[in-house]
Amino acid sequence: MSEAKGMNLTLKVWRQKNASDKGKMVTYQVSDISPDMSFLEMFDVLNEDLLQKGEDPITFDHDCREGICGMCSMYINGKPHGPLDGTTTCQLHMRNFKDGDTIYVEPWRAKAFPVLKDLSVDRTSFDRIIQAGGFISINTGNAPDANEIPIPKDIADEAFNAATCIGCGACVAACKNASAMLFTAAKVSQLSMLPQGKAEKKKRVEAMVAQMDEEGFGACTNTGACSAECPKEISLEHIARMNRDYLNAKLTSDNV
Amino acid sequence: MQQNFLRYNFESNLEYLNDMSWLTKTLSSSLGRKVIMSLTGLFLIIFLLVHLIGNLQLLKDDGGQAFNIYAKFMTTNGLIKVSSYLLYATFLIHIVYSIILTRVNRSARPSSYAYSKPSGSSSLSSRNMGILGTVIFIFLVIHLQNFWYQMKFGSMPMTSYGGMEIKDLYRVVAEAFSQWWYVVVYVTAMVFLAFHLSHGFQSAFQTLGINHKKYTPFIQKVGLAYSIVIPGLFALIPIYMFFTCNS
Ligand code: HEM
Ligand code: SF4
Ligand code: FES
Repeated sequence: MSEAKGMNLTLKVWRQKNASDKGKMVTYQVSDISPDMSFLEMFDVLNEDLLQKGEDPITFDHDCREGICGMCSMYINGKPHGPLDGTTTCQLHMRNFKDGDTIYVEPWRAKAFPVLKDLSVDRTSFDRIIQAGGFISINTGNAPDANEIPIPKDIADEAFNAATCIGCGACVAACKNASAMLFTAAKVSQLSMLPQGKAEKKKRVEAMVAQMDEEGFGACTNTGACSAECPKEISLEHIARMNRDYLNAKLTSDNV
Repeated sequence: MQQNFLRYNFESNLEYLNDMSWLTKTLSSSLGRKVIMSLTGLFLIIFLLVHLIGNLQLLKDDGGQAFNIYAKFMTTNGLIKVSSYLLYATFLIHIVYSIILTRVNRSARPSSYAYSKPSGSSSLSSRNMGILGTVIFIFLVIHLQNFWYQMKFGSMPMTSYGGMEIKDLYRVVAEAFSQWWYVVVYVTAMVFLAFHLSHGFQSAFQTLGINHKKYTPFIQKVGLAYSIVIPGLFALIPIYMFFTCNS
């Protein structure tokens, strides 16, 4: 229809039948890809092709396709969510690639994120970290009137920044230690900085860190790769806050 | 009102944790181990400074008198002896925990990526602390064998100042540093140390939870300066002695 010619790309995609399959990289060609397509739409085109040829389409996670659900886990050309900073795979457009490019697409790789099929990994380890302490157990009553509980704007902003974490797991995928520190720290911060969450601050950080370790994530070496690759650009300051909250909790909580 | 149908309580379901004391639990958690790494690392950073100040006396043009007297003081003073045991322990703990952490971290990613491009998002040093540390460790073994072991258990040449017989460590050092390969080993090790510290110094503060817009830029600058100047001065000594002893 339009004059702009589409791109031809070579894709090298991780294919793995199921959790116990060994898996391997498989090469595909896609042609006539519009630069305005999102990365996931390009995958839809590829999957249509595969279906027409009677092959098994590539399984990948996705849901909102607008950067808020955190499902679209793809490790693209050596980076989680591809080359753009602060962007999820679903928000990454093909105009960021050139005609003739070869693109590697792999699943998140971590012991705590086992591959289910192809590019889809099991991220319930994150859910279990949340279940361990990412909540407020006390009854905080009905919604209070606005400004009844004064919260300084900088605290509210900082807690809100932490709360923008979409639980995608790019931090784990990017980290050489597959550490979940940035995710866990964001989830600890978003609750513990606000009055309702403060009451259980110590218990929360102890429980969530214990669960994080239990899931088999690595320890943090402060490389900063997580924050650099995080689509929501969660700051390393949250990790420092979690470190000191944890130390403080361990030294002073009643939990022996 | 039955709203708590989910497990909204902080009771851990990690039963095995309940059998350990809180201290054991803390020190075997990922964060606890990191705190040990950072505290021992910071202690070693202070030690390096003290060690360097002592070593700089090798540059004095007095045939090694100041250095030898200092070395005797360091090996006989009671307080220094106690702190030297603390230092051995610190090294040991730093190394043991670095092995534990590196192993845990490796096992957290059992299969690696076919294509990985980490350089844009993290520094080379931060990704290779284990390798940098291993080289430092190998150097440490050579270094201790040549000087520390000789001084403590070896047969040392003697010298005397004003009738006082003392071990001539200066001569042992000067002999070592007159060999080009030894100088190369020493300088190389200092380069690795510089890279280890360029990440380690600031990392130790982040681990302890010290990250603040007032202090962090300062800590990072001091860390960079430290990791260049201190290993640099250490490396200067063998280079200087190589040229003065061989001229
Ligand atoms: C004088 C010698 C040394 C000094 C001053 C030193 C200092 C440090 C410091 C300050 C850190 C940062 C701690 C943190 O991130 O919280 C560190 C980390 C580390 N050091 Fe050393 N270190 C020395 C020797 C060694 C040796 C001999 C080894 C290994 C055999 C080693 C292995 C490591 C490793 C693996 C880490 C990273 C740990 C992690 O973040 O997971 N270091 N070191
Ligand atoms: S911290 Fe960032 S990278 Fe990690 S899960 Fe949250 S949004 Fe994703
Ligand atoms: S599909 Fe929801 S964030 Fe990408």
